[in-house]
Amino acid sequence: MNSIKIRSHNLNVFYGPFQALYDINMDIESNKVTALIGPSGCGKSTFLRSINRLNELIDGVRIEGQIYIDEKPIYARDVDVVALRKKVGMVFQKPSAFPMSIYENVAYGPRIHGIKDRRVLDEIVEKSLKAANLWNEVKDRLKAPATGLSGGQQQRLVIARVLAVNPEVILMDEPASALDPISTAKLEELIAELRCNYTIVIVTHNMQQAARVSDYTGFFLNGRLIEYNRTEELFVNPRDKRTEDYITGRFG
Amino acid sequence: MPTANYGEKVMTLVFWLAAFLITAILAVIIGYIVVKGFSVLSLDFIFTPPSRAGKEGGISTTIVSTLYLVLGSLLIAVPVGVASAVYLEEYARKNSRFAYIVNLTAETLAGIPSIVFGLFGFVFFVIFLGWGWSILSGAMTMAIMILPTITRTSQEAILAVPREYRENSLALGASKWQTIRKIVLPSALPGIATGIILSIGRAVGETAALLLTAGSSLGMPMSITDPARTMAVHLYILAMEGISLERAFGTAFVIIVLILIINYAAHYGMRRLSALGR
Repeated sequence: MNSIKIRSHNLNVFYGPFQALYDINMDIESNKVTALIGPSGCGKSTFLRSINRLNELIDGVRIEGQIYIDEKPIYARDVDVVALRKKVGMVFQKPSAFPMSIYENVAYGPRIHGIKDRRVLDEIVEKSLKAANLWNEVKDRLKAPATGLSGGQQQRLVIARVLAVNPEVILMDEPASALDPISTAKLEELIAELRCNYTIVIVTHNMQQAARVSDYTGFFLNGRLIEYNRTEELFVNPRDKRTEDYITGRFG
Repeated sequence: MPTANYGEKVMTLVFWLAAFLITAILAVIIGYIVVKGFSVLSLDFIFTPPSRAGKEGGISTTIVSTLYLVLGSLLIAVPVGVASAVYLEEYARKNSRFAYIVNLTAETLAGIPSIVFGLFGFVFFVIFLGWGWSILSGAMTMAIMILPTITRTSQEAILAVPREYRENSLALGASKWQTIRKIVLPSALPGIATGIILSIGRAVGETAALLLTAGSSLGMPMSITDPARTMAVHLYILAMEGISLERAFGTAFVIIVLILIINYAAHYGMRRLSALGR
């Protein structure tokens, strides 16, 4: 049984006079990986940042339409943004460990949300690092500064930090674009494992990556969702000429 | 090309000399001060109060007064300066008229000569508020004087904290204030410390403004309403009134050592503090 986790309904986003997204209607399935592809500046990241309301941080942004998570509107007046962001974690393009220890990085979220018991924190940190495939590499130096980790390790640390607050959805904004091929492979492997328990939406520039990791793919162009389908379908039988041109490398 | 090679050598020498000059100047100044003040330098000089207007005895009361004034001005200026920097960088909207005015004010304040602050402090704190020549008047005046430095350096330090830290923290469900308290300020701490150290240097060296607001009493200040003479003021009076040049040099030496100690302590303290956050 498939169920819809995230539903975007007529979403329009404006940055001042510039319209970044036009009428996005998109249903994203639970416990699947959905990839968003398209050229730079076409609105993929804007859409992603609309799902955890991180867009609101930008001066002059205006959002119309609605996004539903578990059928509850997230742009309603009574929505608690903190609870929303706890439920919808995000991994950014640039791996960015906080300038504190590996342990403190992972414990940051749980502490913010009021967990103080050291044993509970220890447990969460271990569980999250294990789930992010980083435990074996760092278990002997949890107190060491996280900024000393490699880019790939930092990105997995960021994922562990996100997992530590127990989200249901994980948004990833080109998570591998700053990583070397080996780190990228490890990250993709991790995404494949995480899909069993989380709904993942990933923005990527790399079409092979989209094809490898995702179940569904949406193609964005100039702020519009041009085509959205099962990944094999979209890559093998694109219905729209523009999708075909893009995935065959004719532009972008 | 031999000429190019020659030019290279000459310029290297010029740059080396310029760099050497800095070290040489410091060595000469400190050497001169030590030689001139050596005859009076002793533990007694540091631990006994001055007598006969400073002709005899030590400088203990002026050391204590200096520390009180520095501490007092920091206690006022650091919270206000850091808080306003947080407001300007984290809360104010870009292009906000209020933020523009605050920035302009801070810049203007930074450019005002200290004697003008002294005059203001004298008229406002000493006379109008009736606080008299006192640690309180002096510390308030110094606080106003160092406020722009602290605000500016804190702003720069906060601005230098990567945007990704803030986004990651907010995306984890942290509030803005939690993000500032747990991520932004700890990351900005070394930069803020630099501003504080610069300010301490300014406060320890200030003479004219303090002469007008804290007075020149040689007694040991027992409360913040007591007048006080800092080491810099003491040095000025010793030299200007021809009381004792040796003691002026001895005082100068203690000032330099004190500044070095404070700088080192601040660096060390900040490193400890940011290590705790790690």
